[in-house]
Order: sequence, then structure tokens, then C-alpha cells
Amino acid sequence: MKRFPFFAWFIILLGILYFFTPLAGTLEWSLRIVSRDSFSLNAYTNILISERFQRTFTFSFLAALATIAVSLLLVAPTAYWVHLKLPQLRPVVEFITLLPFVVPAIVLVYGTVRVYSRPPLSMMETEFGTNFLVVMGYTALSMPYMFRAVDSGLRAIDVRTLTEAAQSLGANWFTIIMRVIFPNLRVALLSGAFLTFAIVMGEFTISNFILPGILSFGPYMVNLNQTRTYEAAAVAILSFGLTWLSIGMIQWLGRGAPGQNQQIGGTR
Amino acid sequence: MTNTSEPQPSVPLNRDRGAILAWLGVIPFFLYTFLFLILPAGFLLIGSFQNANSEFTLENFTGLGSEAVRTAYSSSLQLSLTTALGGGIFGFLLAYAAIEGGLPRFVRSFLLTFSGVASNFSGVPLASAYINTLGRQGLLTVLLLSLGVNIYEMGFNILGIVGLSLAYLYFQMPLMVLVIAPAIDGLKKEWREASQNLGASHWQYWRYIALPILLPSLLGTMILLFGNSLGAYATAFALTGGTFPLATILIGRLIRGDVLQNPNLGYAVAVGMIVIMSLSIMVYSWLQRKTERWLR
Repeated sequence: MKRFPFFAWFIILLGILYFFTPLAGTLEWSLRIVSRDSFSLNAYTNILISERFQRTFTFSFLAALATIAVSLLLVAPTAYWVHLKLPQLRPVVEFITLLPFVVPAIVLVYGTVRVYSRPPLSMMETEFGTNFLVVMGYTALSMPYMFRAVDSGLRAIDVRTLTEAAQSLGANWFTIIMRVIFPNLRVALLSGAFLTFAIVMGEFTISNFILPGILSFGPYMVNLNQTRTYEAAAVAILSFGLTWLSIGMIQWLGRGAPGQNQQIGGTR
Repeated sequence: MTNTSEPQPSVPLNRDRGAILAWLGVIPFFLYTFLFLILPAGFLLIGSFQNANSEFTLENFTGLGSEAVRTAYSSSLQLSLTTALGGGIFGFLLAYAAIEGGLPRFVRSFLLTFSGVASNFSGVPLASAYINTLGRQGLLTVLLLSLGVNIYEMGFNILGIVGLSLAYLYFQMPLMVLVIAPAIDGLKKEWREASQNLGASHWQYWRYIALPILLPSLLGTMILLFGNSLGAYATAFALTGGTFPLATILIGRLIRGDVLQNPNLGYAVAVGMIVIMSLSIMVYSWLQRKTERWLR
């Protein structure tokens, strides 16, 4: 009994309308900077040559790289180690990586600002201190996704056999992790890295309260929203493209692999 | 489970050393957790039970009944309930239509990819997109105006709860799609065929088989959406410029300067948020475990 799936198409059509109208509105707005009647790309060129755009974008880009490094070095070896040596600790570690869900970014940054702006841990006065705290905060945001990615990657390979094989060939721990385990987790680690990248590039809450002034990309976008709306629309389109690129990379890397739930990130 | 696989019997002293070394390996992780998760959250938690002279008190929690805090929490809860329910229902319909609706296969993969992107497209750029679409000069506002419909005269306001809900749905619905899709995939063809062989109608299959199986994951995911929207800050801030009274916006103002005069009351506001989030995560994981039996 094949009949035309009218209802299903109707739902999909509603979804397309809902999801594409804001994108269309933003795209249209970003092209109207010269006049209401003609299109121009001036908003985009204004943005790309703007010194503030380049500065904040570079800052967030470097912060994203630092966060990926910290998050990888913190989560991957720990997950591997727990998998291999301390399986009884796995529920504890999993619970901890869920904490950033329980403590929303705004609450986390509240506590962070209060703890680290007074002795003995005052770090809010120096540039290095605030940059460090921002990367630590970003790491917390990325941890749930990074752990999930690495954990499902570890479950898909035989960690114990690989480790013992490497040991019996005389490899030390550094060699085992860097040349045996990490290459086998390549897809999982890269997925976690790209998701972290997407999260950090759009992040606003943490950097807004820790960094002095407008240093990172999120607060810059808020500032543009309030002052230069055409350019803000252009940046929103660029940001959408960047997100699409990161998620596209994750899906391309993970094609055919089970466990598709690792792309849920975002800073709300 | 044994930790050592060497054939020779290990000396007790050696094994102890191995165990200690094993624990050393997780120190960096726990150190990070302590410094940047436990310490900040613990600071707020302890502070919420203290008064200005660092003495133990429960006053801060009775202070949560004050006008400003109550308004903030009630609009946060209202927004979260609306978007969890709305996003849950429409997200489920979308996922179900694309997976089980008899549509071409590319619809499904497109929906899942797009949901991955849209659930990450939140915060500031999302707010900007909504202002460009439904703001006073936005594409849709102007389009409707040319058709003779003035939504702003009809009481719509992008800075109000309806505008915020519409924007929140942009990340709520995709999250629902991504989390519920595996559950829908888990509905086995045999169940539908068996029910059809027994003469069940499409509606009966739905009512007595698919829905009871999906219900825990539907409810669980909606709770996840609830928490997701409750903790959201950037979208609401960027959309309304921090004017709309939400619990997260109130916390943001507390960080900037003490709108409540009493910092300890502020800590209690933040702790209230942690409590609600913990409860939702607990219910979520309980429901998730109930679901897992069907998804093997």
C-alpha cells in the first residue's frame, strides 16, 4: 500500500521554512548595505578588512587551538588510562565530564570570576591569567563532547591487546600513546577537535566575563549587532559557514562509523 | 579483572607500586576538575549558605522569593518549558517524517547534517539572524507588512517571550532530532509487520507499540531540552541586550555588579540553577536507562 507521503512532506516543508527563513533574512540584510534596491558585497569586504575583525577572529582561533590541545591532552590519555588500568573509575570520570551540563556556562564563569579574582588565586589582573582562565573555561565546555568521542572510539578498538602488543615489542608509554593509541583514535579525536573549534569560535558567555574589553570573536559579534547591523549580518553568515564546515568535517570523518551523537555542541 | 598480565607472579610491593602509578595517571584530569569545575561551583555553593560575615545561614534561600529573583526564575522556567515541549514535538515530527515517513533517503541525511549545524548555530549569530528576519526592519516583518499584516501592531515583539521562544527553537528542535533519531531507528521493522499481520491499523501500531517504546526517550530528551534552554545565556543576551528578565541574565548582571546588594543571595540564585539542572540530568539518565533495553 504505497501512497504519497503527504504528511511527511508537509512536516519537512514546515521545517525548511522555519530553518531557512532566518538564514535568508540574514543573507538579504547582509547584501543591502548600499541601498534597499541593489545587492552588494560591501558588508563582507568591510568586515574582512576590519582590523577589529582580524584581531578578535585571530584571538578566538588561537584560543580554539589552545583549547583543543588542552582538552585532548586532558581527556584522551585519561580516558585511555581509565579504560586500561582503572575501569572501576570510569563512572566517576563520566560523571565529571557531564558536570559542564549541570553547571551552565554562566554559573561556571560566575564561580570562576569570584574564585580567581582574590588571593591566593588571583589571576584576573594579568593578561596571561585571563587568557589562561578563558582556555580553562572553554575546555570545560568541550569536555563532555571530547570525552564521548574518545570513549566511543576506545570502545571500538581492543585497547588491551594493542597496548600489550606494543609493550612486548619494547615500546614505552609515550610511544604507545602517541604511535599506537592516538592513530587508532584519529577519527574520534578529530571529531572532538572540530566540535571544540565550532564551540570556541562562537562562544560569548565565558570570554565576555573573564576578558577585559572586546578581545574574542563572540563579544565582537554582539558589539557589531548593536552598532553596525549590515556587517553583523555578514558576520552571522560567515559564522554559519564556519559551523557548517566544522560539522561537515566531523560527518565526513565519521562516515560509516556508529555513534552519530557527537555533533551536539554549541554555546547557548 | 586483573591489571597485570605478566606470566611471573608479581611481588606484592611491585603490585602496590603499579597501583599507585596507575592512580598517578589520572591526577592531571582530577586536578583540572578540582580547580576549574569543583572549586568555582563549590565556592558558590558554600557562599550561598553564608551571610556577609561568613556565618552559616539559610537566609539566602528564603531571599530567593524576592520579586526580582522570582520574576527571573519564572520567565526562565516558562521559556524552557515552552521550547522543550514545542521543540520536542516538532523535532520528533521532523525526525519521524524523515526516517519513517517514506521519504527519499537524502532527506534523512540532509536533516541530520543540518541539525548538527543548526544545533551549533546558537548564541550571538543566531540572535543576529532573528533580528534580521523578525526585527522591525527584518525580511519577514517587511514581507508581511507588504501583504498588509503588521505583526508589531498585533503585539509581536522580538524582545518578548514569543520572539525568544522562536529563536530558542532554532537550537532546540535540531537537538531533539539528533537525540531521538537513534531511538526511531531502533524501531524494528518486525514489530510493525507483526502488528500488521495481527490486523492492527496504523494508528493502533502507533498507540500500542511505537509510542510506549519511544515514550521514555521522548520524555528524556525533552528534559534535556529543558535544561539546555534553562542554562542558555548568549542567545537571550544578544537578542534582547540583557533586558529580558531570565535567571541567566540576572546572574550575568550579578557578575558585573551586585544588583541584589547581597553577593551571597546571588550565589543562591546560581546554586538554584545547579539544583534544577542536576534534577533534570538525573531524570534524563534514569529515562535513558529505561530506553536502552529496546535499543540493543
